[in-house]
Amino acid sequence: MTTTVADVSEEGTDSPYALSHLDALESEAVHIFREVAGEFERPVILFSGGKDSIVMLHLALKAFAPAPVPFSLLHVDTGHNFPEVLEYRDRTVKKHGLRLHVASVQDYIDRGALKERPDGTRNPLQTVPLTEKIQAERFDAVFGGGRRDEEKARAKERVFSLRDEFSQWDPRRQRPELWNLYNGRHAPGEHVRVFPLSNWTELDVWQYIAREGIELPEIYFAHEREVFQRAGMWLTAGEWGGPKETETVETRLVRYRTVGDMSCTGAVDSDATTLDAVITEIAASRLTERGATRADDKMSEAAMEDRKREGYF
Amino acid sequence: MTSTTEPTVPLSVEQLSATTLLRFATAGSVDDGKSTLVGRLLHDSKSVLTDQLEAVEHASRNRGQDTPDLALLTDGLRAEREQGITIDVAYRYFATARRRFILADTPGHVQYTRNMVTGASTAELTVVLVDARNGVVEQTRRHAAIAALLRVPHVVLAVNKMDLVEYKESVFAAIAEEFTAYASELGVPEITAIPISALAGDNVVDPSANMDWYGGPTFLEHLETVPVSHDLTTCHARLPVQFVIRPQTAEHPDYRGYAGQIAAGAFRVGESVTVLPSGRTSRISAIDLLGEPVDVAWTTQSVTVLLEDDVDISRGDLLVPTKDAPATTQDIEATVCHVADAPLTIGHRVLLKHGTRTVKALVKDIPSRLTLDDLSLHPHPGHLDANDIGRVKIRTAEPLPVDSYADSRRTGSFILIDPSDGTTLTAGMVGESFASPEPVKAEADDDGWDF
Repeated sequence: MTTTVADVSEEGTDSPYALSHLDALESEAVHIFREVAGEFERPVILFSGGKDSIVMLHLALKAFAPAPVPFSLLHVDTGHNFPEVLEYRDRTVKKHGLRLHVASVQDYIDRGALKERPDGTRNPLQTVPLTEKIQAERFDAVFGGGRRDEEKARAKERVFSLRDEFSQWDPRRQRPELWNLYNGRHAPGEHVRVFPLSNWTELDVWQYIAREGIELPEIYFAHEREVFQRAGMWLTAGEWGGPKETETVETRLVRYRTVGDMSCTGAVDSDATTLDAVITEIAASRLTERGATRADDKMSEAAMEDRKREGYF
Repeated sequence: MTSTTEPTVPLSVEQLSATTLLRFATAGSVDDGKSTLVGRLLHDSKSVLTDQLEAVEHASRNRGQDTPDLALLTDGLRAEREQGITIDVAYRYFATARRRFILADTPGHVQYTRNMVTGASTAELTVVLVDARNGVVEQTRRHAAIAALLRVPHVVLAVNKMDLVEYKESVFAAIAEEFTAYASELGVPEITAIPISALAGDNVVDPSANMDWYGGPTFLEHLETVPVSHDLTTCHARLPVQFVIRPQTAEHPDYRGYAGQIAAGAFRVGESVTVLPSGRTSRISAIDLLGEPVDVAWTTQSVTVLLEDDVDISRGDLLVPTKDAPATTQDIEATVCHVADAPLTIGHRVLLKHGTRTVKALVKDIPSRLTLDDLSLHPHPGHLDANDIGRVKIRTAEPLPVDSYADSRRTGSFILIDPSDGTTLTAGMVGESFASPEPVKAEADDDGWDF
């Protein structure tokens, strides 16, 4: 199908040449992927099987079509993953003929390099395997699905965010980002974290998924699941260490807004079984994605900033 | 009016998708109420969600404050909260049924010039905030000058704290008139003045009952309706080549596509194009818009262009219409804003990134430094310090196809980079500093308050 200028003139847009917000965000993200492909030697996409990394991969596929994506993938495996998500990850990697690197938190724990936290949460433990993998593989650009709307420390993050040889983020020494002239210069040992979805919101991500017909792991849609309540969130029962004796399991109709470590990612009550229903639900929600479902961000006022400074994504 | 911003009425998927995007930046000095305005805008447009507000209430209580401090919504870093200061630009997002907004929230106190330049570089609209009690002050003129230098298409003068001047029309009218005269002289193409009280909420999201004399839009309504201009007829078409796509697969053995984001104008299949700086010409045989073939594509679409001939093209080249090619040059004169802490000096060896091309360059001369307060020129300053704006002559190691910044904000801009450590040193705009002043229209006041 071909498009002419006349075809794209829609009511409600400013001119026939104005892009819809989704087209503008998509075009910007593709530009970022192509800048990295043009300027870096060994880029990698952080891929968890969550919706943001799935959208990143979809954008990368479009950016380089009909050629294959010139990046490999990296998953930081906490050992407490949702089985449906791991299955999705492996199927996707195979489908697109990609190469997947895995940095495993469980391996670090097994050989005594990391200690299990008393609260059982493994999210903060991801930083060491991640940064060591980046150094070992000499990745010089690491794509993350982070969005500035997620958290106020992230609102300050650059699209190209320089990390030192210890993968540390220093918010006071960030490069100003002018026009769309991204500066990816880095010394050996340093790398750049790249966030193509910086300007997207949760709703943008979902609308884009709907528009593009992107497949997601089933846990994003309402389904019956055995959960128990901890710190105001519905957590999935499992071998990772829940529920405790005082916590009772019940079956509820839930879905997930984010996908992460099972020990700290909560489900929300929902009957949204379709993409449209999910979008309608999010548009009306009075809770942010992370506020609704992430225990680790609630640890302190600066939890995200502190983790990011250490090298977290 | 309020119904457009009320998210408790669920919007359909179609409604949510038919919106456009407006990028805008705020400029404000220390006490003019910028944080309050941003907080009010986010709060009244229902963009602050319950858990965010709870976090702010909680943090405010911990500090012994009775009412939630909306500035905590935007001060995100540990150091910012500890010291009560704002570091660097933050980007915030909100939406109404009509539009999505990306707000570059630029702090007023610390290193304001480079921060405002950073925020304004991608903005289509800049908000200059003024305290109604103080009127147009030096800082206001500085903000107007930066908006003019960066050629931000729309400027909003938000006359804040109207509640403290008894909502008097005469106060507003005098400030609006003075500002409009000044900004028009700098060549700011469109100025809209709006009387508001960010603290009380007058004319921010909801129309004010205290200012019946004001017939114009509220602040948010203006943001929702300001036309984002895409007049391509006057634009020179430009496509910086980012990446050459060559699958070399059985399915696509001969595919050779030039991928990039169209920086300005439009390209059509069949059009004769020239590759710069080599000067070779060919014809566009196809345009792929992310997997879909199209006949025409325009700014800011990311596309892949295929040519009829096998021309040698690589990253850093610029595709232009043969009939509308810019001259290439190794000598660039530009207005720059120095954004790094170490000064920029004559003889400085730097890297210059223009579009997708990075070349070696030498700072040949710094003929003048601009004093933003009164727009006077300080001749031969010898160096530019952090936040200084000045004229610079640069010699590049290779010829570059630069446009005037007045013609194209994308292909008329560049950054200077320190080759030793990669620091971004300087933001550059090619050509004349300010637009030539347009005569101030003296026609009857039939445009409401659209000054």
